Amino acid sequence: MANKLIVIAETDGARVLPSTRAAIRFAQEWSAATGGAFDLLVAGPPGIATQAEPWRRWGSQRVWIAESPHLAHPVAAPLAAVCAHAARTADADSVAAPASTFGRDLLPRVAALLDLPMLSDVIAVRAVDGRLEFRRPMYAGSLLATVRVAGDRGVFSVRTTAFGDPADVEAASPVQALAVPDLPRGARWVALEGGGSSRPELTTARVVVSGGRPLRDAETFERLVGGLADRLGGAVGATRAAVDAGIAPNELQVGQTGKVVAPELYIAAGISGSVQHLAGMKDSRVIAAINTDPDAPIFDVADYGLVADLHEAIPELLRKL
Amino acid sequence: MRVLVPVKRVPDPYGRVRLGPDGQILEHEIKWVINPFDEIALEEAVRMRERGAGVEILAVSIGPAVVEEQLRAALAMGADRAVLIQDDAPLDPSAAAHLLAALHRREQPGLVLMGKQAIDDDASQTGPMLAALLGLPQATFASRIEIAPDGTRARVVREVDAGRETLEVDLPAVITADLRLNEPRYVALPAIIRARAKPLDRVTAADLGGRPPARVEVLRLESPPPRKPGRRVASVDELISALREEARVI
Repeated sequence: MANKLIVIAETDGARVLPSTRAAIRFAQEWSAATGGAFDLLVAGPPGIATQAEPWRRWGSQRVWIAESPHLAHPVAAPLAAVCAHAARTADADSVAAPASTFGRDLLPRVAALLDLPMLSDVIAVRAVDGRLEFRRPMYAGSLLATVRVAGDRGVFSVRTTAFGDPADVEAASPVQALAVPDLPRGARWVALEGGGSSRPELTTARVVVSGGRPLRDAETFERLVGGLADRLGGAVGATRAAVDAGIAPNELQVGQTGKVVAPELYIAAGISGSVQHLAGMKDSRVIAAINTDPDAPIFDVADYGLVADLHEAIPELLRKL
Repeated sequence: MRVLVPVKRVPDPYGRVRLGPDGQILEHEIKWVINPFDEIALEEAVRMRERGAGVEILAVSIGPAVVEEQLRAALAMGADRAVLIQDDAPLDPSAAAHLLAALHRREQPGLVLMGKQAIDDDASQTGPMLAALLGLPQATFASRIEIAPDGTRARVVREVDAGRETLEVDLPAVITADLRLNEPRYVALPAIIRARAKPLDRVTAADLGGRPPARVEVLRLESPPPRKPGRRVASVDELISALREEARVI
């Protein structure tokens, strides 16, 4: 079996992001299954070391810090070079990170550099008869696959909604600086547009209110879906159709090729419930749907289904909540 | 500039993939298509050619002979040439990336344009793996691509969790296409007929120097556990009361 894994902390350049916790939880479960140890890598611009302290409490053998002005933003080629170098230095034969756009951009590159196979969107890991078995969704989550990798060594992107909080460990992990190798410069960060919302983050919110194309325009979407989300202290989500129509920004898209969420409560307003959308929300604990079409597939997964026009139902909800 | 467009044969995403009693996928029910994200990549290459001179589009796929169906469809959509890398053994993204890298060294394209993920395995790995094997920069999840007039670099807007990120990449590079990059055109019958005359070459994995065996092994497939059946509520009042008192979630 494999004996050492390194977790790559997800960063946005300035900060280590909370999604990293799910990857650490995965590493703890991987450790329990293999008997092996895991390290954590925090890579970023000079000063990112100050971010390391809260990440020393999860039982990693070491927290590696790699700082370089060329890592001011998580660009895949330079960051993958650092990750591969960290894996070799740490003697790790496996790598893990959250299955966010950060992880999906970075990890396959790391896998190729280390000549390791990769599994995307891992939702479970356990030992069976001396081998590691992983579970992951396929075909937009309509099937679950149980898979193995050769030699039990690989690169794993971890679905954050499938792993809870990591277990606290008393002894703080030692921090160690990692020298940064020469980095490729063929890709350069230019700008980031979006975000800046004060609402809870979509992938971790307790409540998500999501809207589809029937919301008509951006103003109505914000007033009704945004308004209901604010009333419930939740995050806002959207379907692909709503984003395509320009009534919601891409970072709100929930689905097979958008974000995967699993909140306590998911309210789907004006959403028909295509397989591709369900892929992103069907693990929500409670699903409520509002749709004028009584045959909409969303009603097959909803715990509570209200056949109604959202343009009347949501204002009524806002008056009564 | 030569643009290499890898395309994958996948089940129609709007069909249902079902398991038979032996836990195997019921293949006879499947309608096979080009992976929608690869179609978007191919459409983008065709638009690049329509906007400026000197773009040659090479479509490539990997697998048994039947994959030629999708290569013919790619030629009909506007690819100039197609290559089938004939390989009947099980593939995984690493193995696919190795074969594509070998073809890349032969064909020396100025750009690789491919889908960000395949809708069957949802792995989203082959593009960045290919870029790493070739030592090329990458820009994944592209929603907008602007090639500089001198063809030496591209400005790419990517859809990421935080919004839209702009990268500049030197060419040659690997760019993977996201949903909103474009909307692929319908292919009219004349194009399908013309495509029959376009070159479709075959090479084997051995011709390209071989590739490692697949290292990802699927042990079994299952349907996910179904949710408990829900119920209809007749009014907003009933919905609120159900969420408050029954589900206790608000």
